[in-house]
Amino acid sequence: MRFFRQLLPVFGLLALCLAALSTPSMAAVFNPQTFTLANGMQVVVVPNRRAPVVVHMVWYRVGAADEPVGKSGIAHFLEHLMFKGTETIPPGEFSKIVARNGGRDNAFTSQDYTAYFQNVARDKLELVMKMEADRMRNLVLTDKEVLPERDVVLEERRSRTDNDPGSQLYESAQSALFMNHPYRLPVIGWKHEIQGLTTEDALAFYRRFYAPNNAILIVAGDIDAQELRPLAEKYYGAIPRGPDIVRERVQEPVHYAGRTVELRSPRVRQPSWSRTYLAPSYRTADGNEAYALQVLSQIIDGGATTRLYRELVVVQGVASSVGAWYSPDQYDLGLFNISVSPRPGKTLDEAEAALRLQIDQLVRDGITDKELERAKQSMVSSAIYARDSLRAAPNILGRALTTGRTVADVEAWPERINAVTREDVEKAARALFTSRRSVTSVLVPASRKEG
Amino acid sequence: MKIRSMTSVVRSMSAIGMFAAALTIGAVSAVQAMDIRKVVSAKGIEAWLVQDTSVPVISFSFAWRAGAVHDPKGKEGRARMLAALLDEGAGDLGSQAFQGRLEDLSVRLGFSAHTDTFRGNLRTLSANRDEAFRLLALAVNQPRFDPEPVERIRSQLIAGLKADQEDPDTIAVRTWYRTAFPEHPYGRPNDGTVDSIGAVTTADLKDFMSRFFVRKGLVIGVAGDISPEELAVKLDQVFGRLPMSRPSDSVPEVQPSNAGKIVVVQRNVPQSVVLFGQAGIKRSDPDWYAAYVMNRILGGGGFSSRLMEEVREKRGLAYSVYSYLSPYEHTALYMGGVGTANARVAESLKIIRAEWQRMAEQGVTEEELASAKTYINGSFPLRFDSNRRIAGVLVAVQLNRLGIDYIGKRAKLIDAVTTDDIKRVAKRLLDPQALTVVVVGQPEGLKDTK
Repeated sequence: MRFFRQLLPVFGLLALCLAALSTPSMAAVFNPQTFTLANGMQVVVVPNRRAPVVVHMVWYRVGAADEPVGKSGIAHFLEHLMFKGTETIPPGEFSKIVARNGGRDNAFTSQDYTAYFQNVARDKLELVMKMEADRMRNLVLTDKEVLPERDVVLEERRSRTDNDPGSQLYESAQSALFMNHPYRLPVIGWKHEIQGLTTEDALAFYRRFYAPNNAILIVAGDIDAQELRPLAEKYYGAIPRGPDIVRERVQEPVHYAGRTVELRSPRVRQPSWSRTYLAPSYRTADGNEAYALQVLSQIIDGGATTRLYRELVVVQGVASSVGAWYSPDQYDLGLFNISVSPRPGKTLDEAEAALRLQIDQLVRDGITDKELERAKQSMVSSAIYARDSLRAAPNILGRALTTGRTVADVEAWPERINAVTREDVEKAARALFTSRRSVTSVLVPASRKEG
Repeated sequence: MKIRSMTSVVRSMSAIGMFAAALTIGAVSAVQAMDIRKVVSAKGIEAWLVQDTSVPVISFSFAWRAGAVHDPKGKEGRARMLAALLDEGAGDLGSQAFQGRLEDLSVRLGFSAHTDTFRGNLRTLSANRDEAFRLLALAVNQPRFDPEPVERIRSQLIAGLKADQEDPDTIAVRTWYRTAFPEHPYGRPNDGTVDSIGAVTTADLKDFMSRFFVRKGLVIGVAGDISPEELAVKLDQVFGRLPMSRPSDSVPEVQPSNAGKIVVVQRNVPQSVVLFGQAGIKRSDPDWYAAYVMNRILGGGGFSSRLMEEVREKRGLAYSVYSYLSPYEHTALYMGGVGTANARVAESLKIIRAEWQRMAEQGVTEEELASAKTYINGSFPLRFDSNRRIAGVLVAVQLNRLGIDYIGKRAKLIDAVTTDDIKRVAKRLLDPQALTVVVVGQPEGLKDTK
């Protein structure tokens, strides 16, 4: 991976598309083993004896949506600074030590979680556990390391967002969609607020949120719970429990009006239209609504024969691409997005109208049994593919456990998808597609010359 | 148990480097022990197989040594368009019927075109293997190229080109290769242009297939839940009807041009995207391993590299700065890049050139060499954690013309590299004055010299 210390959600549309694509892989029955340390740290082990290697991850239940007002970007900035050293590890040495031991390491921040990982040979697991546990408590920061890193983050923001019209539009759309909830702020932070972040800001955030009772240890690979437990107790178990952390964010008010954001730029050559709706997440949904919405997303855009692609791209030839994604794995509200880009020679208005007609028809006429079965079958199969990956299980479990779900929820995923009925999907679709709870994003060439 | 026995070793961080080599032996030997079988079908088609029944999945990957480099002038993007069309209808199945079968069976099938190679990937649940291989055989032997999918895929490729047209990274890559190879296919865009994609005909696609979809030079890597006997039958089913060989390759060898030139492409963006490069080293060169280890230390090693240390960690000039060896069939490049605010491009380039020079003159220290080796050898087993990745490695090893024993002996090849080897290869390869530099943005204090 060339880009280090990545920031999942600020990739913009692409990242969310990928997240949506990877969500069905939760169907895997990973058979994890779990236990909890005396200090409250949850531990999950996913044995996988394929190769003598492990993935070691520590997930914190804190992300950008937990930041103090005016300090946007501090969760992600702290993630960078966690590599700057402790009382026993000199600045900048953490990743070098991992590499010298044949390992790869990195970290990522989202709205709801911050995660650190190392991929190492099994006999290096104890080393990385010792180092990860050390920096949970003993981080040392000085301006000498912090200030250049702040410049690095500003460069990261330039390359991810400021250099790219599509990302600029995505950032604007998020801010317009969420009128009150902190999901309206970009994970990487606003430029002017990043510029003002200090060493003390980072340390205050660290002291408040980085504690074993706010963290989850996940290890996947050539190990089981019995082998891991003594190491977990030795390194993580020695850290004192911190104060209890209650996760309460301000919530969205009633939305009276849909919003539209439009970005025109000479740097845009291919127009696109998308609409993002507020939707329940796994945690906030009633009953099985989130699972029904996942099936809906698969029915709308699960492949070349599903509704939107078949109708708009193949049959009508009005679009060059269409998409739908749903992000149920958020602590608060989820998002459901539909998008279209016109086929060269067609206008954006034509493509948008055709897409909206499809959605209206779906809400009015419902779905077919064949569509439902194909979608469910495909989603459940993806579970088996997910087992052919060392990283899928820890990533899926980590996301679940930091967004208010349990290991049992992940394991029950195929069952719950299988239980979704046509009526569930149709009811969820009717509730979802309400334009006053949405933002519409329009990306257009400056000349408005389309096609 | 190994995990417990190393407890005492970890007490002092400075000691870790010294012990690292000994401690990684467990994982490395497990990879050496990985059982790669050469499977040869009745018709003589060869594949490498790592059989594993722990997950009911098969990963089947293959590649031909032909790609975008063979796109005719004015029809750039042909190989890519072919890759996008092979699964759009074959045999009796039209596009929607073919895609519907793949979806019903959860078969993942895809093709991709690269500069020198054309690749395919099939993943299937082992329960659906028969139908999956039947669909693959249809795609490889009898694609339909019906007018609807051909025009649809063409329009999608064109829309994609337009979407990336103003992307600074895309502009930098295209400009660099055009500058370095003005008269050679390597200088033309693999993805084509709006005009060239528009010019590709079905006959052009079939021409690529008839010339390059042949048995000679085809490499196949398979991992997962399939026995050698079954695999042998599938190999003949998919590839047994292909012709044996093809006419000799007409692509000439080439060296990059415009060494030392700076090309500035003005774009209104806050961060300049910089791509630089010079002649590199081929995969078959005896000094490949020395160059590989050297690059790890100079700019290929993430946070352990000198470029990262000097440009990012010490000065905060960039989020991303890197270098990499880029060998091709008919040339070789040593490339690098950085993204930095317009005002700091000149400073970043000055530091990068200084590091280039320092490596060329002084090579590396014993300590740097030892750290690089323990990373390279210790991290190798991490690539073998899934069927998909194992199949990919098996194909890569064969494309690089390395033997079936390569995976077992790689660690020795890396360990044999000395500081003198690196000094020699660095002196041979690195010349900061010869770097061709492309900058997309509004760089300050930097003049276009081309």
